[in-house]
Amino acid sequence: MNKTLISESVPSQAGAAPLLRRLLCWESFLLAVTLAVFVVNALASPYFLNIWNLSDATFNFTEKAIIVLPMAMLIIAREIDLSVASTIALSSTAMGFCAQAGVDTAGLVCIGLGVGLLCGLFNGLLVTRFNLSSIVITIGTMSLYRGITYILLGDQALNHYPESFAWFGQGYVWGALSFEFALFIVLGAVFAFLLHKTNFGRRTYAIGNNPTGAWYSGINVKRHNLMLFVLVGVMAGLASVLLTSRLGSTRPTIAMGWELSVVTMAVLGGVNILGGSGSMAGVIIAAFLMGLVTFGLSLLNVPGIVMSIIVGAMLITVISLPIITRRFLGRRRV
Amino acid sequence: MTLTTPLLSLKGITKVFPGVRALENVHLDLWPGKVTALIGENGAGKSTLVKVMTGIYQPEEGELLYKAIPITLPNPEAAHKVGITAIHQETVLFDELTVTENIFVGHYIYRGFFKKLDWPAMHQQAQDILTRLEVQINPRATLKTLSIAQRHMVAIARALSFEAQVVILDEPTAALSQHEIVEFYQIVERLKAEGKAILFISHKFDEIFAIADHYTILRDGIYISSGKINEITEERMVTMMVGREITHAFPKVNCEPGEVVLEVKDLCHPTEFAHIDFQLRKGEILGFYGLVGAGRTELMQALSGISRPSHGEILLNGQAMQFRQPADAIKAGIVCVPEERQKQGAIIELPIYQNISLPQLSRLNPRGVLNDAREWALADEYAKRLQVKAFSWKQPVETLSGGNQQKVVIGKWLATQPEVIILDEPTKGIDIGSKAAVHQFMSELVGHGLAVIMVSSELPEVMGMADRIIVMHEGLMVAQFEAGEASAEMIVSAASGSHEEAA
Amino acid sequence: MWQSLLKHREFLLAGVILLMILGIGSRVPSFLAPGNLVEMFNDTSILIILALGQMMVLLTKGIDLSMAANLALTGMIVALLNFHYPQIPVWALLSLATVLGLVMGVINGLLVWKLGIPAIVVTLGTMSIYRGIIFLLSNGGWINAHQMSSDFLGLPRAVVLGMPLLSWCAVAALLLVGYFLRYSRTGRAMYTAGGNATAAYYTGINAGKMQFISFSLSGALAGFCGYLWISRFAVAYVDVANGFELQIVAACVIGGISTMGGIGRVLGCLLGALFLGVINNALPVIGVSPFWQMAISGAVIVIAVLLNERGNKRKGRLILRDAALARQTSGASHE
Repeated sequence: MNKTLISESVPSQAGAAPLLRRLLCWESFLLAVTLAVFVVNALASPYFLNIWNLSDATFNFTEKAIIVLPMAMLIIAREIDLSVASTIALSSTAMGFCAQAGVDTAGLVCIGLGVGLLCGLFNGLLVTRFNLSSIVITIGTMSLYRGITYILLGDQALNHYPESFAWFGQGYVWGALSFEFALFIVLGAVFAFLLHKTNFGRRTYAIGNNPTGAWYSGINVKRHNLMLFVLVGVMAGLASVLLTSRLGSTRPTIAMGWELSVVTMAVLGGVNILGGSGSMAGVIIAAFLMGLVTFGLSLLNVPGIVMSIIVGAMLITVISLPIITRRFLGRRRV
Repeated sequence: MTLTTPLLSLKGITKVFPGVRALENVHLDLWPGKVTALIGENGAGKSTLVKVMTGIYQPEEGELLYKAIPITLPNPEAAHKVGITAIHQETVLFDELTVTENIFVGHYIYRGFFKKLDWPAMHQQAQDILTRLEVQINPRATLKTLSIAQRHMVAIARALSFEAQVVILDEPTAALSQHEIVEFYQIVERLKAEGKAILFISHKFDEIFAIADHYTILRDGIYISSGKINEITEERMVTMMVGREITHAFPKVNCEPGEVVLEVKDLCHPTEFAHIDFQLRKGEILGFYGLVGAGRTELMQALSGISRPSHGEILLNGQAMQFRQPADAIKAGIVCVPEERQKQGAIIELPIYQNISLPQLSRLNPRGVLNDAREWALADEYAKRLQVKAFSWKQPVETLSGGNQQKVVIGKWLATQPEVIILDEPTKGIDIGSKAAVHQFMSELVGHGLAVIMVSSELPEVMGMADRIIVMHEGLMVAQFEAGEASAEMIVSAASGSHEEAA
Repeated sequence: MWQSLLKHREFLLAGVILLMILGIGSRVPSFLAPGNLVEMFNDTSILIILALGQMMVLLTKGIDLSMAANLALTGMIVALLNFHYPQIPVWALLSLATVLGLVMGVINGLLVWKLGIPAIVVTLGTMSIYRGIIFLLSNGGWINAHQMSSDFLGLPRAVVLGMPLLSWCAVAALLLVGYFLRYSRTGRAMYTAGGNATAAYYTGINAGKMQFISFSLSGALAGFCGYLWISRFAVAYVDVANGFELQIVAACVIGGISTMGGIGRVLGCLLGALFLGVINNALPVIGVSPFWQMAISGAVIVIAVLLNERGNKRKGRLILRDAALARQTSGASHE
């Protein structure tokens, strides 16, 4: 993806540390909105404030949120991966067939992660070795991976998973704290550290702001981005393990449309779609926000497809707001 | 309209950018049928003035008069309509379109009621113009298949196609050979005969005195003087341009060159340069001179690992080197301060200290974890050494002036403790003060035993700073001189491609 | 001369398509029957029209992922109208569909132009909004053939000069868009704006405005196809054309249209669509399940992009004169 003349008016919260203040403003704003939604939900539905319901709520968004963690880094580095949902499908299908063939739980997890890794690797190699546009390539692999799933599964579903496998997606670690949610918290911390406190994270920001400059400064941009694609693939594989384990079955339509949610969470979290800026904290809060919104809506019996109107509208509104307010209030960039 | 009324007149033009007054109360007159030379050093405000004339910038103060009538140019289209056209050194054109379309973009030829684009007519006219210019270019060829010199010709053809009244030529001969320059003068004469007013921007005094009728001098954005060419001498012109005696402009420390640190043997690239041979010694400044598009930057890119040569050897301290990527060269000890500061040299959105530590993050933080204290110390040391003027090293590089940005880039590379440092147009677009600082610094570097390669298009800089000068032309080495061995004329004519070789 | 022709991707593509048709025809001779070929073209007509719209968006350096949702929504609206008010003449419904599509395209275009939001984000968002609205309008229900008037269903099937009207629509679209892109100022401006926005600005072209125009046009075409699709398949429901946006992008990419903007030709677009059309039609004939369609479009996109970028790579500044001359004689002239 390239920065174009047209998009120069999109707010660029470039870099990491020095514009911390400005980033914090976005996170604070998000946090405020999240709390507001929490309150609204609590008022709108009597079922909301039940700890077990809340815990249930986390299941759907943590799987997506786990993918958003590396996806945010990928977007910061000026790439994108729209094939994550299809990767989940393919990974799930692989696990399904292996489960039918009698592979045990540990093996299934390895297969799931492995397929995710391979999908990410394929994307990454195509984009980095041949200098191709990641949007189009991952649109292609989005189709390819799910297409393979359709070829292998046709219309049927796979559901002969071993009992122990279900624990990942359905198990609890401590009281109402699910394994999935706990895992997400841990991974969230890991990725936050990776992005903000390591050489790797610094290089990600450098590449995202100026890939040429980064290359001239001795960063192996291609290898770095390849690693990011692989990371996204592995996390998609992990999400697939969790999702499949939770559903207990695999259908070719599994995780349909998830790429939109993942990108929305990232963008909502303050990651600039053009690359170069964003923070893990924002992304995590945004994941919570989306989770709360979708959970609240589901409590009100809003059908899934209508929810996607709201997600789509949220995406556009969130990106537009800073631009519109700046125009009307005439504020200057920091 | 008599000859005493300028065709285009700029009065009292002031243009301000955040933090910088690019133009201050500038006057310029262009007469029909006459060539006016706009003279000034890099950073004097010439290109800003041109952008004001072509509607790209709007001045904060001042007025423009066309045929004595006040006009405003709110955008480039307005300038085209009035009849002002410009061609720049690296005129931006469209790679994927044909030569014809590149010539006619913005002023197509139509046919019929529905305003259908008349391609046959345009191809024909394009061919006519190209024939007038005596160049062999197929109008139906795609622009990306042309060489730099040919692209330049297309830009000139475009300017001619406008039938404009005011033609601005911004360093038009920078990439042309001697033969092409002579043809170019003829084109200019023809334009004059057609009554067009021409603004000619160039650094080459011989050209200025050959074709200009009038001159206007700018310095640091301020209007200095103007008049008829035949009433001024080159020395007076230079003095007014520079504003001071030019004798001690280059603080050259005479240093005993040490052993050979870099040796290049028959280095070739499939499309950009061929058969490059030279040696570089410690404590030496080797200057590379040539016209725009001579292949110097491409050569430096091969030496610093950014591109890969197809043939030949690079030997560092006697060891053959294969650079697959810049990181390899950096590790070996060859670094390059690139020509495009903002695109290649630094990551301007990031803070100063992050830029300085970037090439050596692995060395600085071997466990992979960032350490503020170490980075800060590094930034402190080098930014101070280069006297970077900033409030804090946390500032993003983009908030600094051009000169200070350049210092950050140089500091970043120095921090890697290299053996060879390549500076590609190090003082381009920088104010005089920072220029002097960079030159001073270069002298210090060689004093400490570094080997320096300097690519420059400014003849005085090359002649003043370099111990040896290599001249390139269209990708080939055409001459090598020791300091003081060659005159300016010899160097320039070698660069322009005339075949007088001085060993 | 053969060398330079071979380098023309359209020539290669046409050759591949011909080989495919002949190849399948040698196995299943009925494939080559004129009636079948016309039917294949008819099948591909909607894809051709949509690909033309996407092409214009790609030229201006954008991408429109909302075309299928646009089509489905306008289709559902006209189907509902036809069901409840069968007395409305079909041409009025067709015009309405086009206008609605135009409005949706304009929304996309304004968000991209005036707010500077990247096209991919805008169209990902509007894609789900438009599709969601279908649900709101139809409450998840379907409209079937028996609920549509005979005029509604008949228009695209009417045969004129041996081809159904639907095919003629594609032909008309090809001619109109082709003319527009080659012989009109705005059409050429799309190439310049997408190819080099800065240079385009210097010549008075606003790249953002060109994106706006291209999105509006693609929206209008999608709206037009909304009627065509619903009428052709005689059914309207929420998931109409779900995933079709991938086929549209695939057709463009195969046809040599670059996602970086500024490169692409109508002929290429047509051939790209035909390529996919032949494959989609051939699958059932050679006994491959339709489940392969998705994987094939995906693989085809990937391969096509690979080949595209190889062909479009700009090799340096060409400083050495011989290198430049070599480039030119190897024939790289396009109009």
